[in-house]
Amino acid sequence: MKDLSRVANPYNEGKVVDACSIFGMMNTWGQRFSGKDTIAAIANMHDRGNGMGGGFGVYGLYPEYAEYYAFHIMYLSQQAKTQVEAFLNDKFHLLHGEEVPTRPVAAITNPPLVWRYFLEVKPSRGDGQEPDDYVVDRVMEINGIIEDAFVFSSGKDMAVFKGVGFPEEIADYFCLENYEGYLWTAHGRFPTNTVGWWGGAHPFNILDWTVVHNGEISSYGINSRYLEQFGYKCTMQTDTEVVAYAVDLLIRKHKLPVETLANIVAPPLWSAIKRQPPAEQELLRTLRQVYGSLLMNGPFTIIIAHQGEMIGLTDRVRLRPLTVGEKGPMLYLSSEESAIRLVCPDLDRAWIPMGGQPVVGSLKKPLVPREDAVEAY
Amino acid sequence: MKTYLPAKFIVERDSERCIQCQVCVNQCTFDTHYYDGEDDIVKNREENCAGCHRCMTFCPTGALTIRRNLLEYRENYNWRPEVIEDIIKQAETGGMLLTGMGDDKEHRIYWDHLVLNASQVTNPSIDPLREPMELATYLGSKPDRVELDAKGRLKTKLPPQVRLEVPVMFAAMSYGAVSLNVHHSLARAATEMDTLWNTGEGGLHPSLYKYGQNTIVQVASGRFGVHQEYLDAGRVVEIKIGQGAKPGIGGHLPGGKVSHEVSLTRMIPTGTDALSPAPQHDIYSIEDLSQLVYALKEATNYTKPISVKIAAVHNSAAIASGMVRAGADIIVLDGLRGSTGAAPKVIRDNVGIPIELALAAVDTRLRQEGIRNRASLVVSGGIRNSGDVAKAIALGADACYIGTAALVALGCSVCQQCHTGKCAWGICTTDLSLTKRINPDIGARRLANLLRGWSLELKDMLGGMGINALESLRGNRLALRGVGLNDNELEVLGVRVAGS
Repeated sequence: MKDLSRVANPYNEGKVVDACSIFGMMNTWGQRFSGKDTIAAIANMHDRGNGMGGGFGVYGLYPEYAEYYAFHIMYLSQQAKTQVEAFLNDKFHLLHGEEVPTRPVAAITNPPLVWRYFLEVKPSRGDGQEPDDYVVDRVMEINGIIEDAFVFSSGKDMAVFKGVGFPEEIADYFCLENYEGYLWTAHGRFPTNTVGWWGGAHPFNILDWTVVHNGEISSYGINSRYLEQFGYKCTMQTDTEVVAYAVDLLIRKHKLPVETLANIVAPPLWSAIKRQPPAEQELLRTLRQVYGSLLMNGPFTIIIAHQGEMIGLTDRVRLRPLTVGEKGPMLYLSSEESAIRLVCPDLDRAWIPMGGQPVVGSLKKPLVPREDAVEAY
Repeated sequence: MKTYLPAKFIVERDSERCIQCQVCVNQCTFDTHYYDGEDDIVKNREENCAGCHRCMTFCPTGALTIRRNLLEYRENYNWRPEVIEDIIKQAETGGMLLTGMGDDKEHRIYWDHLVLNASQVTNPSIDPLREPMELATYLGSKPDRVELDAKGRLKTKLPPQVRLEVPVMFAAMSYGAVSLNVHHSLARAATEMDTLWNTGEGGLHPSLYKYGQNTIVQVASGRFGVHQEYLDAGRVVEIKIGQGAKPGIGGHLPGGKVSHEVSLTRMIPTGTDALSPAPQHDIYSIEDLSQLVYALKEATNYTKPISVKIAAVHNSAAIASGMVRAGADIIVLDGLRGSTGAAPKVIRDNVGIPIELALAAVDTRLRQEGIRNRASLVVSGGIRNSGDVAKAIALGADACYIGTAALVALGCSVCQQCHTGKCAWGICTTDLSLTKRINPDIGARRLANLLRGWSLELKDMLGGMGINALESLRGNRLALRGVGLNDNELEVLGVRVAGS
């Protein structure tokens, strides 16, 4: 039997309430590009944040280490680093570790130490667990047990860079203009009831899933209690983590498609379900019956990303903004249309999706056919 | 033997207003009022008054006032009037003290120490008059996950589910304990409001089979009225193990209440006592319970959820976990303040635990064991208003049962004389001259109105919290804060103190 009260919330903190700017851009052909545009776009929505947190998620980041789990870990003490490195050496095959390069930025004071490690799950560890499940458990251990250490990201060929500051300052600090990826998400934070801490900035990550979030999840209490039953530890003192864990549970573990995910976290109203054809009715009803505790209520817009896919979604009555832009193979998602227009003035198309309607960009379904079909991703 | 018992109430009759119409004489079932023809005056026997307010309510000239008889005993917190009078009653009768309704003692009512949250600034509150607000609830066992086939079609088939439009059902009250007109009122109101009512253990009168889709049929230790058509008629079958008003105690419907119609429904001879044993004599262990659960599932061809009702006691959490593993689709917890038609007073007032604590402990335990999805959780025992319902749902309940609140809607004034069979409001009696005091048309309307009012209030509370579906409140203990509770209580409730 699990003692949920101990593992779930060691700080005994309530959820953190945020208002934010979010932005995502993806090349659905898988072509990599620098972070310049993403940084410019998120900086354009400066006033939606308050300098208490900014962050970026980048995919297609480490092609040379694409087969290895890339852990970005934040340390608040040297001792934590020693402990974590001993832990990693014990639990994984540690291929390479280095400090994440930074440059001094006037606005960033007292930053933690951030390191990245490229890890392989030892095939011989003999617990019969899937490697992904093994990694999730180890991340939960580091976050829950080792003091002063926090895993920013733990997926393959991707990473999260985040911290306390405006997003453009964080980008500057981590020298993000030097990196390339085919999918970038970004976040500027306006927390309203907590001091900012580096781990609490967005994106939130588990494996290669990241979430950036604008809004408040008023159902956090039950969402987190539900997820705790499946072994997730809600330690990050914010409501966004439940989105990341819900996505991991539903898509990776329960193997449900993205559209189904949207029908669980932002389901249609019972009255709308009633109007569907019988088979669809049964499906939607069953999803609400079984996963009612994962319905995310209250105002939110989220951008969820993982390898090869970016998903935008608002709550079912759309209490937070989301604008979509398309230009050739590029898909843009943003809190404000102006941020998209800044980096891509001649969009093919821009629109606002309905509440609860997911917008999906995928390498498997590029927005337009590739001109150079030879260069497979 | 001369009784030393003083009168509980004083009947004040305003002689200026009284017109000697004798409505009070006819309405009172306790022989408190009588007409003195010689003097052409209506007089009182105050020692008989139960304080049920029937006479006051129906006096056409408003001549009557019923007051507490404030006896001036010498002050003594230990030897309070009730304690003294109980001893007097036992000294005069040598019996167990019987009583009706639920525990009336000052055990802490935790609902009154819990407060709900509301949205301010960072998330908008939602106006239920303008936006959809969903209260629909499905009772029944749910799997941990949904599986789809390669084409995205549903592979998972759910066990039977029952939909409630409002998460409030009418609690088990048997025909015999309450009258047929009460059953009709409950059944019609449940049907109108798309929720469920519960037969209790006295069987289902033939005239009520048409409400079967909104009926929970109960199987209790006496097995009264249980047969195939009865099981087929109901939407849910409920096994009653215990009752909050009298945990560990059986039931006894006196022969005087077993009228012709009651005897037909209960399947016992007219005028015989209906004794429900304390335990079910085929359930002496958890594996026995499992056998009955599956026997009922077999008998109903796996088309109905099987509910198991227990009284909230010290180790309810472990018991509930066993019940889920034994195959129960719905767990019902009936708390310390749960009511009854008749129970020994000492049991009613001293056995069992408050429902708030039992609910919190059971919900937490089922989650710790990862089996919360496998059963719905229903609570009862002293739920008074929609505020209590909202708090129960936030603590983790799927739905609530109301018994006393439903009877109050029908006229009950909680005078606690249910066990006498003399209910002046015609509720808890089978005396045909009294049962006609409940008109099922009016009764159903009053009950449906109550649920309608509570639905509106629940929607308002949800909207205030910025959520538009009941699922988002269910088990969401962050929506609650405790006021005036100690650390242990807060820990059991899983609720933080207000201000934190």
